[in-house]
Amino acid sequence: MKKVQFQSPWLPYMLLMPQLAIVTIFFLWPAAEAVQSSFYLEDPFGFGSTFVGLDNFSDTLTSTDYGRVARFTGVFTFFVTFLSLGIALLLAVKADKVLRGASSYKTLLMWVYAVAPPVAGLIGVLLFDQHVGPIVDFFALFGWRMQIGVDYFDTSFAMIVTAVWKQIPVNFIFFLSGLQGISKSVQEAASIDCRSGMRRFWTVTFPLLAPTGFFLLIINITYAFFDTFGIIDVIVKNEPGNNPVTLVYKVYLDGFRGNDLGGSSAQSVLLMAMVFVLTVIQFRLIERRVHYT
Amino acid sequence: MNKLQISDHLILLAGVFFMVTPVALTFLTSTHDAITVYKEGVQFLPGGKFLENYEKVLFEAGGFTKEVDGFVMLKNSMILGFGFAIGKIIISMLAAYAIVYFRFPMATLCFWVIFATLLLPLEVRILPSYEIVQSLGMVNTYSGLIVPLIASATGTFFFRQFFMSVPDELLEAARIDGAGPWKFFKDILVPLSKTMIAAIFIIMFVFGWNQYLWPTLITTDESLFTLVRGIKQILQVWVGAQIPDFNEAMALAILAIIPPVLVVVIFQSWFVKGLVESDK
Repeated sequence: MKKVQFQSPWLPYMLLMPQLAIVTIFFLWPAAEAVQSSFYLEDPFGFGSTFVGLDNFSDTLTSTDYGRVARFTGVFTFFVTFLSLGIALLLAVKADKVLRGASSYKTLLMWVYAVAPPVAGLIGVLLFDQHVGPIVDFFALFGWRMQIGVDYFDTSFAMIVTAVWKQIPVNFIFFLSGLQGISKSVQEAASIDCRSGMRRFWTVTFPLLAPTGFFLLIINITYAFFDTFGIIDVIVKNEPGNNPVTLVYKVYLDGFRGNDLGGSSAQSVLLMAMVFVLTVIQFRLIERRVHYT
Repeated sequence: MNKLQISDHLILLAGVFFMVTPVALTFLTSTHDAITVYKEGVQFLPGGKFLENYEKVLFEAGGFTKEVDGFVMLKNSMILGFGFAIGKIIISMLAAYAIVYFRFPMATLCFWVIFATLLLPLEVRILPSYEIVQSLGMVNTYSGLIVPLIASATGTFFFRQFFMSVPDELLEAARIDGAGPWKFFKDILVPLSKTMIAAIFIIMFVFGWNQYLWPTLITTDESLFTLVRGIKQILQVWVGAQIPDFNEAMALAILAIIPPVLVVVIFQSWFVKGLVESDK
């Protein structure tokens, strides 16, 4: 907080009013509702509800379906995070190195950031379509007959590729600004001490990039959890059936399609707990970064 | 150029190819007629139906009720993008100003109430949020579309960080000159924050434009559809059609891509600055 501040009996409250009102109505209230209804079994026809304690949670956690979705979410998150971070880091390191055309590369690599996830999903659907998709034709040359929307593995593959494609620009921007933030004197000192570029990268550059990398790890996990909703919704074409979905998508399915309010709420609460842990980690990281800089 | 530099460029070109090709193919396919696409698959060369397809998508009413055309969706996307970005900037600047520059009881409580929202993405509280907006009669309205999205604290957090970095001396000097809180805000803090406001505006515009889940739930009335929301409708029409209108679907996708991409490319440096600063 600032050392010098204004003092006014009512002005700060007036200033905070709009934000607090919206937060209360559209955040705190729904969150409280979610927690509350996670303990109730709602009548599907709207005739009241029964308190069932932790039944919704135990039902959710023991159901085989939830386990399957949770496993898929784990695998999906791992691949999306790992691949998009890896590819973006490689591209950022190269873009940082080249002198000629650096800014053109930067523009060409980052604009996909502005493509909406469902639009990315639609493009994915087009390219992976059994009938018209060139990617399907390409893999058919190697004897892999892809069936998006029918085959569980193939659909997951298309989802991961699309999600990675969409996420590379963000990671690229952060890695590149991280790299450009490393001082020239450090780089020069390193290049005198160590001639191998590869070793220099792993012993000097990479550790200096670690805070950015760790921050991006959290961002990417959050992305894979929540922001891929649009991609998944478009790729499964509204017909989840046997298709792979993530935990967030299941909350939506059970709540809006299945009308299982209690179950959906219990899942929401479980997700909130996960987000809470992630955010706490992120906050601690922010504190650290602020201290360092 | 030596070998190493060539390999650097090759890797970058491969990356550019991977990022650009999908959208390029989408665009090329959108310039053909539906039968060609259906028969021959995704197109690698431009066709002759560019004007025809885009005119049809923009001005011919589609959907189930035949009430909405691409132009209306474009307008709605603009309203959502601008409304969201402007609303968010105003609300969060005011809140951040109160938190950073005022000493008042319950300041810490207010701070934490607002920041708790960072813990709850819209997706996890989607069902109760929908019910509340419905009970307030805000379904199928622009305010129902925009206001609940503004609630998260990302903007407030960003402006708080920025205000904290503004030197204390400025406020002291302003107070010696007899400036009140409002004058200080209007004449010193806002002009000082100009580039930050621009940066955050660009990010928020893109974020608002690209919203999908919330518009999908909150707008069932087709005249309120945004382009990104319209994607879902395209797919439903497409699945039912005899010969799927891939070309038109792709044209609509291109329309949904162009405005945010232009914003990001034109205001690149502000965009990057805002993104890197705000997420710290």
